[in-house]
Amino acid sequence: MNPRRILAIAYKETLQVWRDPRSLAIALLMPLMQMVLLGYGISLDIKHVPLCLYDQENSQTSREMLQDFTASGWFKTAAILGSNRAVRAAMDNATCIGALVIPVNFSRVLAQTGQAQVQAVFDGTDANTTNIATGYAQGVIAQTAATFARRWDAQHGVRPPTAGSINLQSRVWYNETLDSRNFIIPGVVAIILALVGAQLTSLTVAREWERGTMEQLISTPVTSTELLIGKLSPYFLIGLLDAAFCLLTAAFWFQVPFRGSVLTLILTTALFGIVVMGIGYLLSVRIHNQLGASQIALMLTMLPIAMLSGYTFPLDQMPAAIRAISFLVYARYYVTLLRDEFLKGSSLAEMASSIAALLAYAVAVLWLAARAFRKRLD
Amino acid sequence: MSSAATITAQKLGRSFGATAAVRDINFSIQRGEIFGFAGPDGAGKTTVMRMLAGVLRPDSGSIAVEGIDVIANPEAAKSKLSYMPQRFGLYEDLTVAENIFFYAELFSVPRKLRRARAGELLEAAGLTAFQQRLAGQLSGGMKQKLGLVCALIHTPSVLLLDEPTTGVDPVSRRDFWAILYNLRESGVTIVLSTAYMDEAERCSRLALMHAGKIHYCDTPARLKQAMPGMLLAITAADPRAVRAALADAPGVLGLLLMGDRVNVRVDDAARRAPELRAKLDARNIAFTGINRIEPAIEDVFVALVGGGAPA
Repeated sequence: MNPRRILAIAYKETLQVWRDPRSLAIALLMPLMQMVLLGYGISLDIKHVPLCLYDQENSQTSREMLQDFTASGWFKTAAILGSNRAVRAAMDNATCIGALVIPVNFSRVLAQTGQAQVQAVFDGTDANTTNIATGYAQGVIAQTAATFARRWDAQHGVRPPTAGSINLQSRVWYNETLDSRNFIIPGVVAIILALVGAQLTSLTVAREWERGTMEQLISTPVTSTELLIGKLSPYFLIGLLDAAFCLLTAAFWFQVPFRGSVLTLILTTALFGIVVMGIGYLLSVRIHNQLGASQIALMLTMLPIAMLSGYTFPLDQMPAAIRAISFLVYARYYVTLLRDEFLKGSSLAEMASSIAALLAYAVAVLWLAARAFRKRLD
Repeated sequence: MSSAATITAQKLGRSFGATAAVRDINFSIQRGEIFGFAGPDGAGKTTVMRMLAGVLRPDSGSIAVEGIDVIANPEAAKSKLSYMPQRFGLYEDLTVAENIFFYAELFSVPRKLRRARAGELLEAAGLTAFQQRLAGQLSGGMKQKLGLVCALIHTPSVLLLDEPTTGVDPVSRRDFWAILYNLRESGVTIVLSTAYMDEAERCSRLALMHAGKIHYCDTPARLKQAMPGMLLAITAADPRAVRAALADAPGVLGLLLMGDRVNVRVDDAARRAPELRAKLDARNIAFTGINRIEPAIEDVFVALVGGGAPA
């Protein structure tokens, strides 16, 4: 290996990226765009669920109940209705995705027995939203019930017959505010790096074939390893810059808590960068035109990573066969590592298996990339 | 000129699918020669050049450059030679100076030497004023000269040029050849391919290629001597009519249309000239003269190899 040749290639490659608007846009604009788009666009939190209210009783107690719903922030009042027929119509025309019906004898039954029932109806078309909304509704009702119970205690001096003998005190760790953004943003960073890295490097060798510069290049004594290192190193630096931008945005703009070590973060990010860029390079060596290589790089990164990296869709909920495939998706390890570093502040030992998987990937990809390139036209 | 062969190729063959591009050719090139492969498009010239450069593997045969087996050890051979492909192989988005720097570094040219050598070569190529220009913005001729500068920056002992002057204006072509002659003085072996027969004439030795084979290989002068018959040039307003009229005249071995004249190859110029003159007069075909001329390589190529005359 000759360092002068590696430097010459790296310098040449840098000049070319600098002068190529397309590469420059991928390197500099794409991370910004994606960070805004994915960072703001994707949220699993559901707020202001449109809710219809049908208060058959209209007493002080029932209004108090409704007040709790609207004050929670999870729901907003879409309409106040006066009949079951109106509830059905509102659900049919999607005025609301849920309706709360308070029965006519609600406060009386509550006062007599200490127990009462309300009905919540939800539109199950979007099962995910409905699930979450149902959960929110139960939470609100539980709170209201607790208030009513305290009031009962004060009035009767005794507990109501069935009010909770077991009291659940739930606490959420790592993502205390249960903000889905904290969960998603680290995944977004992984996606952006995978995309940008593979896109940039997928062009590098294909460009030489396409423009006819490869024939002269392979007639020189440059070795395939020198070419690999020389070509990848500028993109690697660009990738690290992009990573720094994304990670800093995650921590400071989106306020995702960071609890791990910066050094580990840098090292694992570098490792992921090598994997991603090696894959792009490998494609570039194999496919001799830029458009083809970048399209395949896009297909190979975007879809599997979006679906199988665990960045939005939880892997442990998938069928075993699909989960098995996800172990091939290198981004899943980095997504895991980022969440460990950001939210959990895990120790190196806890992250060892993910790091080992990425390392194995990096070694394999680089080895293949160095071998795949042949200094011949045929 | 030493007699040691710098390049020898034996029974060299290469096919692409069912098409045999190069068929069992043999040649040897001496140090300091300007050796040319001449032939029409599709004769197999580029395939030969690529195999010599070590970027294409032959199917059969052997090549040695400076005693190095190119097939077994292409990388060792690559440090001895420089190859300029037919298609412009430099980076159009880099400047002239950046391209030269890149190739100097790839061949590990000592830094001190690099500046002096680049200066000399740029001067000879007339590119000194264009160092900061992007290669993509150079004219065709300047691009080829830049290619030559990059190929020569590391002082190779063998220079391989695949159709180096295709699409190059006459002035640049003259500069280009001036550089080649200078190189030859310093002992560099130059191998080039060309489809231009006037250019082929400048080589010290020439291999006439057609359909993957070398048909003749000798100095241009001896190739001319080897041409059977003599040449008569008939200048006429309608040379096609002349060609049609004389195609089957006795003693005519071949006809070649050359702009406003027809080169007629005959077995005996002194005897046939009056006959042809009479025949044209009899058919009322106007012509301005019939003169005996020395054959050019193009005539020789057509006479010896036949088939489609190259451009």
